[in-house]
Amino acid sequence: MIRVELPRFDRLAAWRAAARRLASARIQPGAVTWAEAGAAPDLFGAEPLPPPGLHPVRATPDFLALCRQVGFHGDPQRWSLLYTALLRVQEQRDLLGNPADPLVIRLQALARSVRRDIHKMHAFLRFHELPATGPRRRFAAWFEPEHPILQAVTPFFARRFADMDWRIVTPEGVAHFDGALRFSDPVPRPDLPPDASHALWQTYFANIFNPARIKTRAMRSEMPLKYWKNLPETRLVPQMLADAPRRVAAMAAAGASEAPGFAAKVTARLRLPTDETAPATLEQAGAQAAACQRCDLCHAATRTVWGEGDPDAALMIVGEAPGDHEDLRGRPFVGPAGQLLRAVLAEVGLDPDRAWLTNAVKHFKFAPQGKRRLHRNPSAAEIDHCRWWLNQERRLVAPRLTVALGASAALALTGRKAPLTARRGSVEPALDGGPVLLTWHPSLILRLPAAEARAARSDFAADLGRAAAMLGSQARSRSLGSRDQ
Amino acid sequence: MARRTLQQKLAILSDAAKYDASCASSGTTRRDARQGGIGSAGGTGICHAYTPDGRCVSLLKILMTNFCIYDCAYCVNRVSSNVERARFSPEEVVGLTLEFYRRNMIEGLFLSSGIIRSPDQTMGDMVRIARMLRVEHGFRGYIHLKTIPEAAPELVAEAGLLADRLSVNIELPQDQSLRRLAPEKRPETIRAAMADMRLAREAAAETSHRGKRPPRFAPAGQSTQMIVGADATPDREILRTSARLYAGYDLKRVYYSAFSPIPDASATLPLVKPPLLREHRLYQADWLMRFYGFDAEEIGAARPDGNLDLALDPKLAWALAHRGDFPLDVARATREQLLRVPGFGTRTVARILAARRNGPLRYADLLRMGAVMAKARPFVTLPDWQPGALTDSAGLHARFAPAPEQLSLFG
Repeated sequence: MIRVELPRFDRLAAWRAAARRLASARIQPGAVTWAEAGAAPDLFGAEPLPPPGLHPVRATPDFLALCRQVGFHGDPQRWSLLYTALLRVQEQRDLLGNPADPLVIRLQALARSVRRDIHKMHAFLRFHELPATGPRRRFAAWFEPEHPILQAVTPFFARRFADMDWRIVTPEGVAHFDGALRFSDPVPRPDLPPDASHALWQTYFANIFNPARIKTRAMRSEMPLKYWKNLPETRLVPQMLADAPRRVAAMAAAGASEAPGFAAKVTARLRLPTDETAPATLEQAGAQAAACQRCDLCHAATRTVWGEGDPDAALMIVGEAPGDHEDLRGRPFVGPAGQLLRAVLAEVGLDPDRAWLTNAVKHFKFAPQGKRRLHRNPSAAEIDHCRWWLNQERRLVAPRLTVALGASAALALTGRKAPLTARRGSVEPALDGGPVLLTWHPSLILRLPAAEARAARSDFAADLGRAAAMLGSQARSRSLGSRDQ
Repeated sequence: MARRTLQQKLAILSDAAKYDASCASSGTTRRDARQGGIGSAGGTGICHAYTPDGRCVSLLKILMTNFCIYDCAYCVNRVSSNVERARFSPEEVVGLTLEFYRRNMIEGLFLSSGIIRSPDQTMGDMVRIARMLRVEHGFRGYIHLKTIPEAAPELVAEAGLLADRLSVNIELPQDQSLRRLAPEKRPETIRAAMADMRLAREAAAETSHRGKRPPRFAPAGQSTQMIVGADATPDREILRTSARLYAGYDLKRVYYSAFSPIPDASATLPLVKPPLLREHRLYQADWLMRFYGFDAEEIGAARPDGNLDLALDPKLAWALAHRGDFPLDVARATREQLLRVPGFGTRTVARILAARRNGPLRYADLLRMGAVMAKARPFVTLPDWQPGALTDSAGLHARFAPAPEQLSLFG
């Protein structure tokens, strides 16, 4: 039998060196004993490590990662299991890729147990402050992990608590940190001095607990009883549980209370009465629209997207409804369709800032799909409800010409539902009498295949060009009804 | 009023904070104290303790003050409540955070507050505390700030640069409920605050044309909380609201908080036992929406009244209602199909997909790989397992409904 002695600390490195040498000679796992610090000497005498063999030894990165975890398990079998796996990896590189292999399952269970123990020690270790002897504050902790994980857990504390000196004492040994980390042999459990912050912590723990919700099973599964003895707060749990029914009963018995006198005065200042007067300005109308609940769209959309631009504009441009971008930003025509509109307006010599830009419906309508919101067209009823706001805007802006982008805007303005294809480019009377030039919605151009999009874009540019001409020539000509000029 | 000790204030202001469910401390930028300062973050979250209500303690979750000018019926701190009031100084909050942190009791701070004087004043004080921690003390741990929706955008912008996570509570699943129970709050203002945070996060993720990265904005994202059981909204509506919030604002989490009786209750709300099982089912349903490809309508259709079946987990309830889609052949089913098998989690499915390349999987293999076969059995076929008539048997619902955990694995 070959006996390999492993040191108290840095065991994995020692195991790796020995395992590599043994595997290069293809020594079988049954021929090796792995002895840890403090293990009894081998009764039957032991052979030393044989010289390296000729076989190449390779380990995959995922195998090494597994070793780094399994090596911290307390099971004395782990070194032998890892060595068995190392030999198998030489024949079967993707051994770990098969989650149904019994050896893989066993090693992964060991690794999982180590990971959990490391995680719990990161969570449940508590430092006590010690009197300082130099410029740095000093702390110490006692902890009893399930596995010998001291070297695995301490780098985390070294990265986190770098500006203080500390010592972590465990049955496996002691970790010392004073800017650098070092380890020493085990010492008896130290007597740690009382720490005022531990009492404050108990106050916090007792008060953050809601006595009306008792879920002790969840607490015990996440904070197993074996860790309780070293935690300052867990000794309060029995009393907290014992008091809970009484506290809940007292709440119920006390019932509702009389509000203090000043409460109504405070809230009266905050609760502004809803403004239901007919709006006299666009700003007042916009403020009223922000709280609009005329249809159900307001519950899903972020907010009302009110029109913007020049309040004295001669040109009003009406789209369908805000899209995803407009809804998030709270401004009309800021998404891709809006950018296209602005670009074409500039091409035909119209300044978007000198128009009033708005939508037939003021809330975004969508269907959620995962992390995206898919646009939905507003219904005729929603357009109907929202026409009230469009009428306020039309009354207050009083544009000389309105451009309707797409069928929803056409319906909102003219009340006519007929297909847009036949009407595009014509001027129809609005419900309130003013002229409405009908054109495509820019989002249609963005959705069409390239060739058709080019044609639609030139229609769109021609229509907006016509709008520019109409505004420019309106003083001279009153003949707005004909399509051919 | 006698001056309160730090301990008395801590008792009042942690008691006042306990109704906020969030305690996440994960998913932020990786950083530590090796180059100076104190603290680290960016790994998995750590729960440093658990209270007997089953909730984890990861952050020091406190209110800066529980004085409040709002009158939200569900809240213990509303202006019309007679609860004891206290207020921390910024130095006290900073001191408690750092001292608990140094003793390894917390991952950081979750600071919330009643609204005092004005939203801007309150938000300004909270931002100041975060700034003291980050700048004066070099604190690298986790900070979660509750954002006041009505606060000025500049304050929220600074909060996002200091904090790991920001959150605004949607409070209630339907606008009507919020308008009724929290008359000073406005649902559209709350959603607008969420939209602003999403846009700020996206803007911070874009590199400029010179290749410079702007500072990260709330790197651990935003979350929200919804109270369940304070109004009559059925689960289907709750899930629809969550789906819209996830889609619209890139939320990391929606937390569901079973409405719990509060001391000094308002007469408008019932003093009932908190619906903990319902809360649990909603979390399961939420998980199905985020990781299993279910949508709110599918899960919400479980019962005609729009509520989830309390006796069954929502995935099992869905599978029982869609038995025509089963049994699935585990050797051939797609990932999307496997994710819909009750008893198969995302990890089990990943393991099945990896392992089936190495050969056929048998019943015992699936057990070893973590599948809950007691649930999955009626819905799958394997080389050594055929459910036969079990899938369509009339008694299948009853087998699961009373107490699924009592079934033997091999029963």
